[in-house]
Amino acid sequence: MAERSEEVKLLGMWASPFSRRVEIALTLKGVPYEFSEQDIANKSPLLLQSNPVHKMIPVLLHNGKPISESLVILEYIDETWQNNPILPQDPYDRAIARFWARFVDEQLMEKELVGKDFLGGESLGFVDIVATLVAFWLMRTEEVVGVKVVPVEMFPEIHRWVKNLLDIDVIKKCIPPEDEHLNYIRARMDSLKLKSV
Amino acid sequence: MADEVILLDYWASPFGMRARIALREKGVKFECREENLRDKSPLLLQMNPVNKKIPVLIHNGKPVCESMNVVQYIDEVWSGKNSIFPSDPYQRAQARFWIDFIDTKVYEPADKIWSTTGEVQETAKKDFIEALKILEAELGDKPYFGGDNFGFVDIAMTGYYSWFEPFEKCANFSIESECPTLMASAKRCLQRESVVNSIPNPDELFALALKLRKEYGV
Repeated sequence: MAERSEEVKLLGMWASPFSRRVEIALTLKGVPYEFSEQDIANKSPLLLQSNPVHKMIPVLLHNGKPISESLVILEYIDETWQNNPILPQDPYDRAIARFWARFVDEQLMEKELVGKDFLGGESLGFVDIVATLVAFWLMRTEEVVGVKVVPVEMFPEIHRWVKNLLDIDVIKKCIPPEDEHLNYIRARMDSLKLKSV
Repeated sequence: MADEVILLDYWASPFGMRARIALREKGVKFECREENLRDKSPLLLQMNPVNKKIPVLIHNGKPVCESMNVVQYIDEVWSGKNSIFPSDPYQRAQARFWIDFIDTKVYEPADKIWSTTGEVQETAKKDFIEALKILEAELGDKPYFGGDNFGFVDIAMTGYYSWFEPFEKCANFSIESECPTLMASAKRCLQRESVVNSIPNPDELFALALKLRKEYGV
């Protein structure tokens, strides 16, 4: 009798860092998944049914059961597929990781990276995955807008951390290709300018 | 060597209450140190330099901050008794989702209900009730959000349950008439031993709210 394979589906958006976080975690764990690009302006019945409270991506569907909120999804992935752990084992270290993941969602912490290659310490961890938002989106937006929000002189540790991240295969696979992403950002900026006129 | 557990706290804080309840559920002996939020202790500033907020759990000298991190930590370290979190990953994810909902959709209007008047207060009341109704739908006919057992989401809500009466008085409305099944669950939670020992009298909370309203000129 053939083994029924697990069905993992991600309702996400190509350009959303919250959606990309989940992809990084799934890829890190080697979990095969189906990605379903969502149109936020025209929400699908599946999205509305899977996340009726917030009606937002990302939503992970595991054998049909929905999980929403990117940080919640990351913990679920870590608990369900236990290879290549994202969160540390020790309860104290876990508490610290959770604290910083939330913090990163609000702001940057340059000081934390001093002396460390990754926010998780020796290797890519929970907080690093969450913080890719900051790394790529800010920096690529900077390139388009021409304003250095995260200049290397003021934030040498962040630039070093991004360089480390870019060396990792999982990250390289999971971030949008630079050219396409820059074009996307330019298009969004233009449409925003039109709206404010 | 015995565990040293200190909780930096503030008596009226719903977030502090969560930590107290969790520790008592587990039967952990701890020292509660009351903070003056207008004159924070050097220890608090040292243990939570980022947010400078209570509660902070200091376990053998190491600090854990943010109430839900504290509760998860307590559940993981003192795992023998009274599990706060379900063991199934999917149910854990659901619990975490609802905590996030409570800490955004309930917290924001709750804060305005006791501290504002007029249109701002009316909007806050509306948003608060709307959020409670969504929670009530999730509760369904279960005695607790945790099902048969008092759990993570119940602990998170209990901090707010203690403030329900002061909210009703400050903003002149009845939560029970809008959300009867949620109130029934709230009453159940408020009777638990760990909770009774962890939350202040609603009259004291109301007196505090009135005092602060006067100070803010509301």
